[in-house]
Amino acid sequence: MLELAWLIPAAPLAGFAFLVLLGRRLGEPAAGWLAFLATATSFVATAVVFLGLVAEDFEERFFIQTLFEWVPAGNFTVNAGLLVDPLSITMCLFITGVGALIHLYSIGYMHGDPNFSKFFVYLNLFIFAMLVLVLGDNMLMTFLGWEGVGACSYFLISFWFTDSSNASAGKKAFVTNRIGDFGFMLAMFLVFSTIGSISYANILSSAPGLATGTATAIVLLLLLAAAGKSAQLPLYVWLPDAMAGPTPVSALIHAATMVTSGVYLLTRMNPVLAVADGWATTSIAWVGALTALFAATVALAQNDIKKVLAYSTVSQLGYLFLAVGVGAYVPAIFHMVTHAFFKALLFLGSGSVIHGMKNEQDMRRMGGLAKLMPITAMTFIVGWLAIAGVPPFAGFWSKDEILLYAWNENKALWAVGLVTALLTAFYMTRQVILTFFGRTRFFDATAEEIYGAFDNRLATAGGGVASAEDNLVAAHSAVEKAAADVDKRSQAVQVSAEKLNEAKEALAKVSADDESHAKLQKALDKAEKSVPKASENLASSQHGLVQANSGVDEANTQLATAKSAFAALQAKRNSLALPDEHVTALSEAPELGDLLDEMPNSYRERQEYHPHESPWTMTVPLVVLAGASAVAGGLNLPFSKDLHFLGHWLEPSLFANEAELLVATSTKWGLAVVAIVCALAAIGAAIAVYLRGRAEPQVIEREPFARAWYVDETFARIAGGPGQKGFDLAALFDRRVIDGAVDGVATAARALGTSMQSLQTGFVRNSALGIVVGSAGVVAWFLARLWQ
Amino acid sequence: MLAQVATPEVPWSLLWPFLLMALGAVALVTITSLVTELRTRQFPSLFTIAMAVGGGASLPYIWGRIGEIPERRILVLDGAMSIDYFTIVAAAIILSAVVFAAIFLDDYLRREGLDGPEWYVLIMLSASGGLMMAAAEDLIVTFLGLEILSIAVYVLAALHLRRAESQEAGFKYFVLGALSSAFFLYGIALVYGATGSTRLSEIDAALFATNARGLVPAEDSSMILAGMALLLVGFGFKVSAAPFHLWTPDVYQGAPTPVVGFMASAVKVGGFAGLLRVFLAGFGRLGDDWRPVVGAMALLSIVIGSFLAIRQDNVKRMLAYSSISHAGFILIGLFAAGSRNAEVAQLGTRSVLFYLFAYTVMVVGSFGVVTLVGGRGDGKHDLSDYAGLAQRSPILAGFFLVLLFAQAGIPFTSGFLAKFGVIQAAVRDEAYVLAGVAMVAAVVGAYLYLRIIKTMFFSDGAHTVPVAAALDTNVEATPDGAVIAPDEQISLPPAAVAAILVAVAITLLWGFAPNIGGDILRDAAATFLR
Repeated sequence: MLELAWLIPAAPLAGFAFLVLLGRRLGEPAAGWLAFLATATSFVATAVVFLGLVAEDFEERFFIQTLFEWVPAGNFTVNAGLLVDPLSITMCLFITGVGALIHLYSIGYMHGDPNFSKFFVYLNLFIFAMLVLVLGDNMLMTFLGWEGVGACSYFLISFWFTDSSNASAGKKAFVTNRIGDFGFMLAMFLVFSTIGSISYANILSSAPGLATGTATAIVLLLLLAAAGKSAQLPLYVWLPDAMAGPTPVSALIHAATMVTSGVYLLTRMNPVLAVADGWATTSIAWVGALTALFAATVALAQNDIKKVLAYSTVSQLGYLFLAVGVGAYVPAIFHMVTHAFFKALLFLGSGSVIHGMKNEQDMRRMGGLAKLMPITAMTFIVGWLAIAGVPPFAGFWSKDEILLYAWNENKALWAVGLVTALLTAFYMTRQVILTFFGRTRFFDATAEEIYGAFDNRLATAGGGVASAEDNLVAAHSAVEKAAADVDKRSQAVQVSAEKLNEAKEALAKVSADDESHAKLQKALDKAEKSVPKASENLASSQHGLVQANSGVDEANTQLATAKSAFAALQAKRNSLALPDEHVTALSEAPELGDLLDEMPNSYRERQEYHPHESPWTMTVPLVVLAGASAVAGGLNLPFSKDLHFLGHWLEPSLFANEAELLVATSTKWGLAVVAIVCALAAIGAAIAVYLRGRAEPQVIEREPFARAWYVDETFARIAGGPGQKGFDLAALFDRRVIDGAVDGVATAARALGTSMQSLQTGFVRNSALGIVVGSAGVVAWFLARLWQ
Repeated sequence: MLAQVATPEVPWSLLWPFLLMALGAVALVTITSLVTELRTRQFPSLFTIAMAVGGGASLPYIWGRIGEIPERRILVLDGAMSIDYFTIVAAAIILSAVVFAAIFLDDYLRREGLDGPEWYVLIMLSASGGLMMAAAEDLIVTFLGLEILSIAVYVLAALHLRRAESQEAGFKYFVLGALSSAFFLYGIALVYGATGSTRLSEIDAALFATNARGLVPAEDSSMILAGMALLLVGFGFKVSAAPFHLWTPDVYQGAPTPVVGFMASAVKVGGFAGLLRVFLAGFGRLGDDWRPVVGAMALLSIVIGSFLAIRQDNVKRMLAYSSISHAGFILIGLFAAGSRNAEVAQLGTRSVLFYLFAYTVMVVGSFGVVTLVGGRGDGKHDLSDYAGLAQRSPILAGFFLVLLFAQAGIPFTSGFLAKFGVIQAAVRDEAYVLAGVAMVAAVVGAYLYLRIIKTMFFSDGAHTVPVAAALDTNVEATPDGAVIAPDEQISLPPAAVAAILVAVAITLLWGFAPNIGGDILRDAAATFLR
C-alpha cells in the first residue's frame, strides 16, 4: 500500500492542471468541487499509505519511493523521491484533511467571486507544493515545495489584487520570506559540503558524525529559514498583513499548514539538532518563547477579528518553536496537529462571521451574534475552549505537554509559556465576548455617522443664521429707504408752505377787482389745500421709519436666536468627543435620539440588513473541525505510556532524540492544575472586563500592544528612510545613466529624424564614459597588484 | 621565376564549419543577386539552416580526428587556430544559435515586410567570426574574429530600416563597440610588448620563463598586467559584463528582436569562448592576478543585472538585464576555471560550457516568444502587452513560463543546473562570498521572471489602452473610461513555434537528465588543463 504514496501529491497536481486548462469553462461551483475532490482523493491516498505504514514493522517505517533519477552535475546524485515515514504521513494527514475541509468551505465562501475558479487553481497548487515539502526525500525537494508554497501564498494574499494594501501585503510576505529562504539555501549547501548528500536518509544517518560547529551552523541557518516561513521574531511581520487575503487562505496557509513547515523542517532534522551546541537549540526555544509572549500581548489589543487570530497564530507557532527548542518533538507535532484543527476552525468561524456581516471585520461592530449565527458561534466556542487550554479540549493536552517539557528544561521558559497561555485565554475570551455576546452593535451608529448627522443638523442651523443675517440686511435697507422718504417729504412740506406764502403775497398786491385776482385766489386755495396734505404725507413717512426701525430690532433678535442655536449645537457636537470607531446605540443615548432622521444612508441601509448564518458548505467544515478540536487530545493522553499514541507512532522519525522527562508525577499534576487555574482565571477576568464591565478595556488594551510594539513602524521607518534612500540611489543611477541615455537619444532621434547627427548629442558618450571609467578601474586593480 | 612563398598547409576538412559559414555567406549573397526571385522566398533562411546544419554534421567527424591525437588538439594554419574539443563544443552552440535565428528571422522579415538575404548573410558572417574566436590561438586571430563577429551584428542591429530605434541601437552598439575594440587592440599591443608574441602558447611559455626565473621585472609585469586588463575590458564589453554592460539595455530594446536573440546567444558565446581560451591557455599562469577582477566583475554583473531588472517595464530591457546577470554567473565559472587545482579548473570550465549551452537554448527560445508577441511593427514589448497572454495564446505563455523558470534557475530546468554548476564550482574553489552573493542574487533575480509570469497568467486578458489611442480603432469603452482592446491574434507560424518547442524540450530534458552529453562537456573542459 505504501506504493500509493505518489498519488498523494499527484492528485492535487492533477486537479491543478485540470483547473488551469478547464477551470474557466467549469465555472462555479463545479471548479470548486473538482478541487475538493482532488484534495479529498489525496486524503484517502494518505490514509491508505498510513494504514500501510502501520502494518509495517516498527523499524521498517521508513520508506523511500524514488520517482525518477535526477542527476545534477558532478559526482553526487539527487533523486526526485518521496519519503514516507510517520512524521511525513502525520503532516500529510492533516494537510490533506484540513485542506479538503477548507476547499469545501471555500466553495461557499468564494461564492460569486469573479475569479472563483482561479482561486481553486491556486489552492490545489498550494496543497501540491505543501505535500512536496513534507514528502520530499531530500532537502532540495523540500526547498522546491518551500518555494512553491511561498509563491502560492504570495499569489493568494494578493488574490484580490485590485486592493493595493493586499498587493503590498503580498510583496511584504515575498520579501520577508526571501531572507528565510537564504538561510535554507546556505544550510543546504553546508549540509552538502560536509555530508556530501542532501537526501534525508543520508543526512539522518550521518548526522551523529557531524562536527559540533558545523551542526550548530546548520541549525542556526535552519532556524533563520524556519523563522521566515513560520513567522517568528523578527521575521513575523508579514503574517499579520497576510490576512488581507481571503479568509480560507488565512485558515489553510497562514494558520494550519504552510506556517508550520519551519517546525516540520527542524523536526525532520532532529539528529542534526541533537549534535549541535546546546545554545543553538536554546536559541530556538527562546525565539519561540519570546515570539509567543510578544504576539500574545499584541493580540490583546487588536480590534480586527482576523488580526487577533493572526497574532494568536504567531504566538502559537512560538509555542511550537519552544517545544522543538527543548527537544519536545512529539508535543510540537501534537500541538501542530491540534493547532491546525482549532486555528483553522477559528479562522473559518471568523470567515463565517465576516461573510454573514457584509465583510465587517471590526469586533467593536459585532456582539450578540450567538443568536443570529448559532452554528458558527457554537463551533467557535469549541475552538476558543481548545486554544484557551480548558480540558478536555484538544489544546489543553498539547499545550500542557509543551509546558511540561519547558519546565523540564528551564523554569524561565516555562514561566514565559505560562504567561502566554494566560494571555491567550484572556484575548480569546475577549474575542468571543466581543463577537458573539453582549449587545448586537452591528446596527449601532458609528462615530462617523453620528458626527455626520450632527453635521447635517449644523448645516440646517447654519442656514437659519444665514437667512437671519439676510433679513437684518433687508431691514437695514428698509430703514434707509424710510429715512430718505421722510427727508423728501419734509422738504415737500417746506415747499408747499413757501408756495402758500408766495400766493398770499401775490394776492395782497393785486386788488380784488383785478382780472388776475380770481386766478390768484384759485392758486392760493390750491396752495392752502396742499400744505395739510404734505404734512399728512410726512407723518405717514415718519411712521414708516419707526416701523422699519422696529423691523431691524426684530431681525437682530432673530439673528441672535439663530446664532445661539447654532452655537449650542456646535457645543454639543464638540462635547460628544466620540473616539474613532466608537459605536452607540441611539436607543440608549436619548440625547442623540432625535438625530435619527438625519443619519447618513450607510446607517439606514444597515438597519435593513440582517446578519445571517452561512450556507452548509461553510458550516459542515466548522462542525467537523469543532469535533476534531474537541477530541484530538486523545491522540496523546498523558495518563499512561499506553496512551501516548502519537509519541509511539512518531518514534521512528525521532531517533531517540526526544528530550527525557525528569519530572515527578506529582509535579506533572501540579503543573497541569496551575495551567488550568491560570486559564480559568484569565477567562474569568476577561468576562469581568468585557461582559460585566468591571473595568475599562483601556486598562488592558494599551497603545504599545495595539501598535504591535511599534515593530512595523520601525521597520517601515528604516525601510522608508535609509533603505528607501539606498534603493532610490540605485534607481537614480539607473535613470540617469541608463534610462537617461536611452530617453535622451530616443527623444533626439524622434525630433531630428534618423540622421546620424541627431545621435551624437552626447548620450552615447555617457555610456562610453562608463566603459572608460570601468576600464580605468580594471587596469588600476591589475596594476595595484604590483605593489602588493 | 616566382619566388617560392612559404604558405602554411590548410587542412580544409577541419575548418569545414568555419568555411561553410564564411563561404556560405558569400555564396548566398551571390546567388540571390543573380537569381532575384530567390530573394523573397524562404530560400535564404533554408540556405542558412542548411549551412549551419552541414557545419554541425561535420563536428562528430572532427571530434574523431582530434581523438586520434594524444594531445587532443590539432593546430592548424601554422598554429594560428586550435581545433580541439573546446572549439567543437563552442561551434556546436554557435551553429545552433544560427539555426534558431534563421527560423525566427524568416517569419519576422515576412511579417515586417522586409526582404533581402542580407540578414542571413550577416548572421552567417557573424557566426564565422564567433567560430574563429573560439578556435583562435593567436591574439590577432582572436581580434579578427571579434571584429567579424561584431561588425556584422552592428549592421544587423540597425537593419530594420523603418524603425528609428533600430538604427539608434545599431549606432550606439557600433560606437561603443569600436571603443572597446580599441581597448582590446591596445591590450594585444601591451601583451606583445611584454612577451614578444601574440601566440597564446608563446605567451604562456614567456610567462612560465619569467616565473621560473623567479624575477619579475616591474616594467614587464606592469605591461602584461595592463595588457590583460585591457583585453578583459574588450571581452567584458562583448559578453556584456558589468561595468561594461551599459550598452546592453539600449541595444536590446532597440534592435530587431530575432537579432537580439542572436546577440544574446551566439555573440555572447563567441565572446566567452575567446575569453576562456585567451585567459586559460594564454594567461593561465597569472590566474592569481586576473581571478579577483573576474570575480568582482561577476559580482557586479549579477547584482546589477538582478537588482536593476526589477525596475524595468519593458520585457526586452528586462531580458537585457537578465543577460547581464547570466554573464555574471558564467564569469563565476571562469573564476573557478582559473584555479590552480586541476579538478576545480575542469569543473569550472565544464560549468561554463554547460551554462553557455543551456543559456543559449533558453535565451533564443525566450526571444523567439518575444518576437512573436512583439507582433507587427516589433513594438509590443511592454510588460502590459503580456497581460493575459495565457488566455490569448496558452501555448506561447506555457513555453515562456518554462523558459523563464529556466532563466530564473528553478529546479527541473536546465537553468537550475547551470546556476548550480557554477555555484558548485565556486564552492569547490572555496569562493564562498561569490557563491553566497550569487545565490542571493539568483533569488532576487527570480522576482523579475515571476513578474512576467504573473502578468501573463494572472492579469486580465483584455488589457486596457489609453483612451486616446483607442479612439482610432473601433473598440468599446468600459464605464470607467478605460478601453478594452480587442483580443489581438498572435500569429503562430509553425516553424517558429516548433523551434521554441525544441528549446523548451531541451531546457526540460536537461533539467531532468543533465548528464546527457556530460562526457562531451567533460572532455571539452579538459582542453585547457596542463
